[in-house]
Amino acid sequence: MNAQAGIDVREISYAQAIREAMDIALAEDDRVILMGEDIGVYGGAFQVTGDLVDKYGTDRVMDTPISELGGAGVAVGAALTGLRPIFEFQFSDFATLAMEQIVNQAAKVRYMLGGAVSVPVVMRFPAGSGTGAAAQHSQSLEAWLGHVPGLKVVQPATPEDAKGLLLAALDDPDPVMIFEHKLLYKMKGQVPSGRYTTPIGKAAVRREGSHLTIVATAIMVHKALEAAKALEDEGIEAEVIDLRTIRPLDRDTVLASVRKTGKLLCVYEAVKTLGIGAEVSAMVAESDAFDFLDAPIVRLGGAESPIPYNPELEKAVVPQVPDIIEAARGLAEGRV
Amino acid sequence: MPDSTVAADRNVPYAIRAYAPERLIDALRKMYLIRRFEEGAEDSYTRGLIHGTMHLSIGQEASAVGACMALTDDDKITSTHRGHGHCVAKGADLGKMFAEFFGKETGYCRGRGGSMHIADVEKGNLGANGIVGGGIPIAVGAALSAKRLGTGAVTVCFFGDGANNEGAFHEALNMASIWKLPVIFVCENNRYGMSTSTERSTAVKSIADRAAAYSMPGERVDGNDFSAVTEAVDAAVARARNGEGPSLIENVTYRWRGHSKSDRNRYRTKEEIAQWQERDPIARMAAMLKEHGITDDEGIAALEKDVEQAVEEAIAFAKDSPVPRIEDATRDVHTPKVAA
Repeated sequence: MNAQAGIDVREISYAQAIREAMDIALAEDDRVILMGEDIGVYGGAFQVTGDLVDKYGTDRVMDTPISELGGAGVAVGAALTGLRPIFEFQFSDFATLAMEQIVNQAAKVRYMLGGAVSVPVVMRFPAGSGTGAAAQHSQSLEAWLGHVPGLKVVQPATPEDAKGLLLAALDDPDPVMIFEHKLLYKMKGQVPSGRYTTPIGKAAVRREGSHLTIVATAIMVHKALEAAKALEDEGIEAEVIDLRTIRPLDRDTVLASVRKTGKLLCVYEAVKTLGIGAEVSAMVAESDAFDFLDAPIVRLGGAESPIPYNPELEKAVVPQVPDIIEAARGLAEGRV
Repeated sequence: MPDSTVAADRNVPYAIRAYAPERLIDALRKMYLIRRFEEGAEDSYTRGLIHGTMHLSIGQEASAVGACMALTDDDKITSTHRGHGHCVAKGADLGKMFAEFFGKETGYCRGRGGSMHIADVEKGNLGANGIVGGGIPIAVGAALSAKRLGTGAVTVCFFGDGANNEGAFHEALNMASIWKLPVIFVCENNRYGMSTSTERSTAVKSIADRAAAYSMPGERVDGNDFSAVTEAVDAAVARARNGEGPSLIENVTYRWRGHSKSDRNRYRTKEEIAQWQERDPIARMAAMLKEHGITDDEGIAALEKDVEQAVEEAIAFAKDSPVPRIEDATRDVHTPKVAA
């Protein structure tokens, strides 16, 4: 944390922390506007914008029509010409409707124009499963955007980072995509008041350990920490890294940990194949840290399946705490 | 801005009534400049000086120049893959344009964008676009900025007939209308989206009719008639500046060349092309200016010579310019951090 004013620390939810960041940004910079579907009087599908419209009015907390492609494009155009829009997708799945503007325009305009412009747009994506919303409202598509040069992609796991990364995203001159796991919105945590930023591109070691490294993202950070606590009783000390940013990756933090523990477990909710775990694994395999590995790298990711509706099936297709415990134990005990 | 609003003689074309002779001569010069520029680009391509592809706007000069008459450098445009004319009309430097086509470091995009991404931000050109309809929501965003920041600027959003069937077009027009944004949608209907005619692709007879669905004025004009284009666009610009919201103008025109360099012209006839060449927007503009005593054959010959030389100089500048360094291939993906 890059603390500037964070003296008073309170316990608030992840959603409140995001709202507080937007409130600060709206108050201190007239160029900041919020755009999205039902973010005004409704308060957002997940009540993240809440009552900000009462404070800042409909000109700055703008309800858009259900037009993800057009809305994202308007945000890109506004960012190109002097505003600092924060565009909320109602569900991250709807990014599929706006890929043209995100991938072809926002990410590339600066490069295509030889550096003549910047596109300081922030996009927020409520992501992940666990709400019973089934296959079209539960995906984790962050790796899609993580594949695109020109974008920065973050996945805050704690209320403190949700606020700090949003303010860092607004300070950033380039497009920043923020994936927020829906099940985290109600999670409470210690959050400093006032303005501070969490650096983009820096992972956080959430728990130190010497037997294996668990690299996790978003809600999986919490599941990994729960698993690590359970393993502690068995004498297994897992180091848990919260990746926080998936583009650009914090190479130093991950490699240093792997050099120390010699074992790597990647845990993420998105579909396992071609996901962030593949990138982290390859990064380790291509580095000198490879020489420190005592066992094959293990990945735990989502099943090769859309997210099902039935709650038991829904849980079954993404890694759960017992899955992490089992995988970590196997790695630590040399059974992999 | 129009120089005068004198409505004296309705038989006199709008452009003659609205603009001073110098502005009209400058407009004619820009039209010649676009024509000669495109010919120079085509010739350079044939000689292997330009790689990739390009989309020439020969035959559409009245639309590009006419639509920019009422704009200042503070006003924005968004352009298309067929965007060279828009760039010239908004006041671009020809040398930097050719340098971009030649992939040189001195080009508008330092050789990173090429023909399809050419932009001139200082003059308000936010860029051509390789995606059909890609610039339309961006133009609405620029208009949102202008309204929110109170700059008084308007945005002219150029797109082709093909874009009118993209979702982005419909979403963007709707948003521009509900938020009453200062944007003018200028559809250059050149009859074909690549090879597919508007008759085969578009459910409405006139693309201007789409305006009704978004509660904005829609007007179809002869896009090869400079005066008709300026009359329609100037009114839309005035409306936008007055806070009355967006308009849709359809400039019916024709591209003399193929869609791109791969086009074999199998979807239209030589006769059709010849018929449209008889409606040459430049010849018509020149005739109009002569008829109203604003220039004469001698003046036009001088203009043509001047333009010829300007294009030659631009090509020479581009040829002599340095190429980008290989080690800079990934520069400008991100904005460099400014030291605090």
